[in-house]
Amino acid sequence: MGMVREITFSQAINEALDYKLSTDKKVIMIGEDIGKFGGCFGVSAGLFDKYGSERIYDAPIAESGQIGIAIGAAASGLLRPIFELMFVDFFGVCMDQIYNQAAKMRYMFGGKAKIAMVIRAAGGAGGSAAGQHSQLLHSIFAHLPGLKVVVPSTPFDAKGLLISSIEDDDPVVFIEHKGLYAVKGPVPEDPQRIPLGVADVKKEGKDVTIVATAAMVYKSLEVAAKLDKEGISVEVIDPRSIVPLDENTIVNSIKKTGRLVVVDEDYPRASFATDIATLSVAKCFKELKSPVKLVTPPSTPIPFSPMLEKEWIPSVEKIEKAVREII
Amino acid sequence: MIKEEISKEKLLWMYETMVKIRVHEEVAAELFAENKIPGFVHLYVGEEAVATGVMANLEKEDFVSSTHRGHGHYIAKGGDIKTSMAELFGRTTGCCKGKGGSMHIVDLDIGELGANGMVGGGIPHAAGAALGMKLNGLDNVAVAFFGDGASNQQNFHEGINLATVWNLPVVFVCENNGYQISLPYSKQQIINSVAERGKSYGIPAVSIDGQDVMAVYEVAKEAIKRAKNGEGPSLIEAKTYRFRGHFEGDPVVYRTKKESEWWKENKDPIVNFKKFLLEKNILSEDDCALIQKKEEEEVKEAVKFAESSPWPKKEDIVKDVFSTSTKGVLVWEW
Repeated sequence: MGMVREITFSQAINEALDYKLSTDKKVIMIGEDIGKFGGCFGVSAGLFDKYGSERIYDAPIAESGQIGIAIGAAASGLLRPIFELMFVDFFGVCMDQIYNQAAKMRYMFGGKAKIAMVIRAAGGAGGSAAGQHSQLLHSIFAHLPGLKVVVPSTPFDAKGLLISSIEDDDPVVFIEHKGLYAVKGPVPEDPQRIPLGVADVKKEGKDVTIVATAAMVYKSLEVAAKLDKEGISVEVIDPRSIVPLDENTIVNSIKKTGRLVVVDEDYPRASFATDIATLSVAKCFKELKSPVKLVTPPSTPIPFSPMLEKEWIPSVEKIEKAVREII
Repeated sequence: MIKEEISKEKLLWMYETMVKIRVHEEVAAELFAENKIPGFVHLYVGEEAVATGVMANLEKEDFVSSTHRGHGHYIAKGGDIKTSMAELFGRTTGCCKGKGGSMHIVDLDIGELGANGMVGGGIPHAAGAALGMKLNGLDNVAVAFFGDGASNQQNFHEGINLATVWNLPVVFVCENNGYQISLPYSKQQIINSVAERGKSYGIPAVSIDGQDVMAVYEVAKEAIKRAKNGEGPSLIEAKTYRFRGHFEGDPVVYRTKKESEWWKENKDPIVNFKKFLLEKNILSEDDCALIQKKEEEEVKEAVKFAESSPWPKKEDIVKDVFSTSTKGVLVWEW
């Protein structure tokens, strides 16, 4: 195999969108400033020029109406819309359409509706964007039955998972961490699909299991590399999708290492982090050698000041400390 | 009243449909009172002319989005009342396999996008189906039904605005029955008609007598023609009245008996349409009696089907959440 070129996380998503727009006439995009402007973060750059206003719907600020239109288009079986929610934080103005409509339609209609749509949303802290533009929020979508929830960490995963999400017949919430948009990584030019529900072991290890999502994967790998030199072997698992969840890979790893640290950027209560911690207790109680550690932000809104925000986001130091405490 | 000749067949269909809805709803009320139908039930009695007048213009391939008061839309769009009745009973033969109930009856195969428990929730869904039709080059139209209460909700404003800027083949039909549960229309808006809002979206909007099925038919026909011609959305306000409470069991303390009696005596859409059909010699009293009997029989059959249908199985709880199966755990059970 030859060298795989490196592109950014943002370009990888753009390629997935481009691929599906070019191969499936039913695929359209709806979102704010996704036309000439190319999206608030430039992710859809060039797509409007290539596919035009019949495929790329540059929308007024009316998220509930936009998602509702995407749902109707999907339910009718006539289209497979991709809706871009500029910031995942904005789910508050359109959540009814997401969780009462898109998520429940199939079930409430006795399995007769297919809501084949993707909600792409930018999330994540680190840019001093304060409390309303910095959240990740995957836990809240995972809490509600009927939604698939994908939180990729690498450009490779982002492309493969987005293609699978667009080809999936269910509503998928695809959360893109803003801090990763510029991260580069190897991504094949071919449209390689990555199935939902398959975790990726980003690094193998035998002493401690870290389950981490999105930007936290990189920080966890940094800690793992450092501790490796001291002979502490850390396994880093990125579930990639929260719903479906690759329970087996996580459970098997915890059984192998006997130790679990969950590192997540979402709020700590009733969360993805507590969910994985509960899983370890419910399914690996006998194998656990030490208390489960959770490295998350505190349950506060996200502060604006760079000094405060830096402290709020789980740091490499905090992850390292958590691992050392249970070794 | 009639601007152009309507076929006798269509007039007959309209009368039969209105009678079917009325009989269905009155039977549903009895069944609810007998505790045979669980949950919330919102009946369409008194509003039959709206769904019927609009639907008389539609084909199977056209889509409609409905409301929590959705039985009339479902029936007029051609829904099978056996499966909807079984759904009201919570049986596995129901159109939602017993997972939706009255507020979610649906038949996507005949273009019925589903009743909807969230006020205003379905408005953009019709616009979405319309977008699908437009992009697929189909000569079809979508209709969103909603009430006066929904016209205060974001999905009304956002849905209509988006449908206009994207010029979608959709018709918005507001069934203004005068009350948002208990709050009268006069306390919801300071304008006289929901149709006045059409101007702010730059679309034709008209307020009509929703008790007059011919008036509804005519205005819907015009709006549907516009939509199909690529001239974009229209808004129709059909002023109507629900003869029963908001839901079955509603003590209806917010309006006077005198008021509702006046509507029943003077503005019953079926009585008035029947009078018109008799005057025009389109139907005789005997014909009407036969139709009444036929619809009663059909509803009776539906109830029999529902009552004799099996309950869903326990294992059905975890089915039908997702369409595409995946690796990993999709439906969690501890």
